[in-house]
Amino acid sequence: MTAPRTLFDKIWESHLVDRQDDGTCLIYIDRHLVHEVTSPQAFEGLALSGRKVHRPMQTLAVADHNVPTTDRSQGIADPESRTQVDTLEANGKAFGVRVFGMSDERQGIVHIVGPEQGFTLPGMTIVCGDSHTSTHGAFGSLAFGIGTSEVEHVLATQTLVQAPAKNMRIRVEGKLPKGATAKDIVLKIIATIGTAGGTGYVIEYAGEAIRNLSMEGRMTICNMSIEGGARAGLIAPDETTFAYVKGRPMAPQGADWGKAVAYWKTLVTDEGARFDREIVIDAAEIVPQVTWGTSPEDVVPITGAVPNPEDAADEAKANAMRRSLEYMGLTAGQKIEEVKIDRVFIGSCTNGRIEDLRAAASVAKGRKVDPTVKAMVVPGSGLVKRQAEAEGLDAIFREAGFEWREPGCSMCLAMNADKLEPGERCASTSNRNFEGRQGRGGRTHLVSPEIAAASAITGYLTDVRKFLA
Amino acid sequence: MDKFEVLTGVAAPLPMINVDTDMIIPKQFLKTIKRTGLGKSLFFEMRYDDAGNENPAFVLNKPAYRNAKILVAGANFGCGSSREHAPWSILDFGIRCVIAPSFADIFYNNCFKNGILPIRLPQEICDKLMKAAENGANATFTVDLRAEEIHMPDGETVKFSTDEFRRHCLLNGLDDIGLTLVKKPKIDTYEAARKADQPWV
Repeated sequence: MTAPRTLFDKIWESHLVDRQDDGTCLIYIDRHLVHEVTSPQAFEGLALSGRKVHRPMQTLAVADHNVPTTDRSQGIADPESRTQVDTLEANGKAFGVRVFGMSDERQGIVHIVGPEQGFTLPGMTIVCGDSHTSTHGAFGSLAFGIGTSEVEHVLATQTLVQAPAKNMRIRVEGKLPKGATAKDIVLKIIATIGTAGGTGYVIEYAGEAIRNLSMEGRMTICNMSIEGGARAGLIAPDETTFAYVKGRPMAPQGADWGKAVAYWKTLVTDEGARFDREIVIDAAEIVPQVTWGTSPEDVVPITGAVPNPEDAADEAKANAMRRSLEYMGLTAGQKIEEVKIDRVFIGSCTNGRIEDLRAAASVAKGRKVDPTVKAMVVPGSGLVKRQAEAEGLDAIFREAGFEWREPGCSMCLAMNADKLEPGERCASTSNRNFEGRQGRGGRTHLVSPEIAAASAITGYLTDVRKFLA
Repeated sequence: MDKFEVLTGVAAPLPMINVDTDMIIPKQFLKTIKRTGLGKSLFFEMRYDDAGNENPAFVLNKPAYRNAKILVAGANFGCGSSREHAPWSILDFGIRCVIAPSFADIFYNNCFKNGILPIRLPQEICDKLMKAAENGANATFTVDLRAEEIHMPDGETVKFSTDEFRRHCLLNGLDDIGLTLVKKPKIDTYEAARKADQPWV
């Protein structure tokens, strides 16, 4: 009888190609997603050494970081952005890799496109030159971000040199209270473990509150694993997963479907498997959350106040807090709901899926964006956009005074034209509140789509529960 | 990739925790399709003011540290994105060794792919190295990867350890892809077995 194994152990072992005596492993990579920012140097490396892409059909490329979210008929105005997007398309042609171009309706944020197409499947290893690749772990696949040298390595060999990770399990038990969402769960988790808490680990999320989430909520959780320092997050696949995957364009069909599901059902952590670290969180205690500082661990309840550096655990953290407060233009003790905002961004690989847009629209419906606020909604993909328009969500947003945009990463990292001006304060559904992340001098508060919409309407960071009947 | 054996140079102190990849190299410099030329933009937001002039208070702008080859930093260095532009910008500036109590995983991996040595040491030893690094032009360290030792300016020696395979690759400047392609028959065997068992892959 074999020893009980974790879900991570099972996926890892089924992808081992080679294990050296010194413990270094070569693992097989089933799916490789590629975007324009972290791939040009990798393709250049292949070309210089006369190498090919080993498995083009297991590779999918899409431009997302640099694409404009306004009218695209004139192409991209910024020459550097245009060069990167053009380079991706040229590399796709030269190396036989599928590219969803800017005018393809399937174009969108790479981490939204993969699941949407059924390219992302349970039990797989999935990589991309992007730290938010952890998103795909929601399907029970081992998915993590890699650097450009590793992108080149995967293109050339369909493998990666890796050391195994440690196992952590975070169980979120019980039921979420009204107004709390997947975003609030993951912000609470990051606040609990810290931004380096997951370093060296793969985190498996489990427990009733996780099980009860839709696939989209699970993706929101896994997406921000990297903000807790973990390269990958995992959720065991179940009927919710299979129902989401079934019928997607690249999902298994016919006899393969039954065979695949039978295999996917084995992808659970065995009873008695050992975790290096285990954390239990009570879902009932999770209220809507918001970040106040410049690290994703700087989290407080929306009903709370800006913390005081004098209360920090050590001097290094106190110094970091002082720097954050100065950058954010906040003072210790200030009530969060009295913080005035200038901008609202709804979108990103964290919260740019159809359910996120429905949630924000349900708050915005019949209301008006405060005249002092500029708010925008950026669907995560062309297909999310089409679905939202079919449901009339675009009309709800427009009537409320939100801008309705074309899909892409947009103001999550402000590589395209969408950015904050210095000093502007934004309620954002994205994943990072680092200094300058959304534009030089811009101030980011990470929130759920519901809080973002409520804050757009009041002009202040707002507890969405006030808007719920 | 250049070999890394022994490095002697000035160590610059950056006593901040959670230095993220957006701080190391902000997004406007990710639009390049090349690996080189990013050194002048390293730590851009802290290093230059809004008008693009150097901020004289920032460590790498101080005369003693302008040619630093080593960086001593706080915990969780390199957190955030997977951008390899972060190690590329550090390397292009001339820094080939970063010492910190802890690193974010992806950044840590990316360093080894570019001939940069990231060294993890306990907080109290990092504190000692940080203090030594604050001695300006006198903060010359020697990092010897063969012996896994750091020689400090006062003559003291600090031991560190690195993963055996990664040390081997750094010492010899080895290209990962070349090493993996030697294992091509194993990859072929693995693929054939998977194809038979899981045709949907």
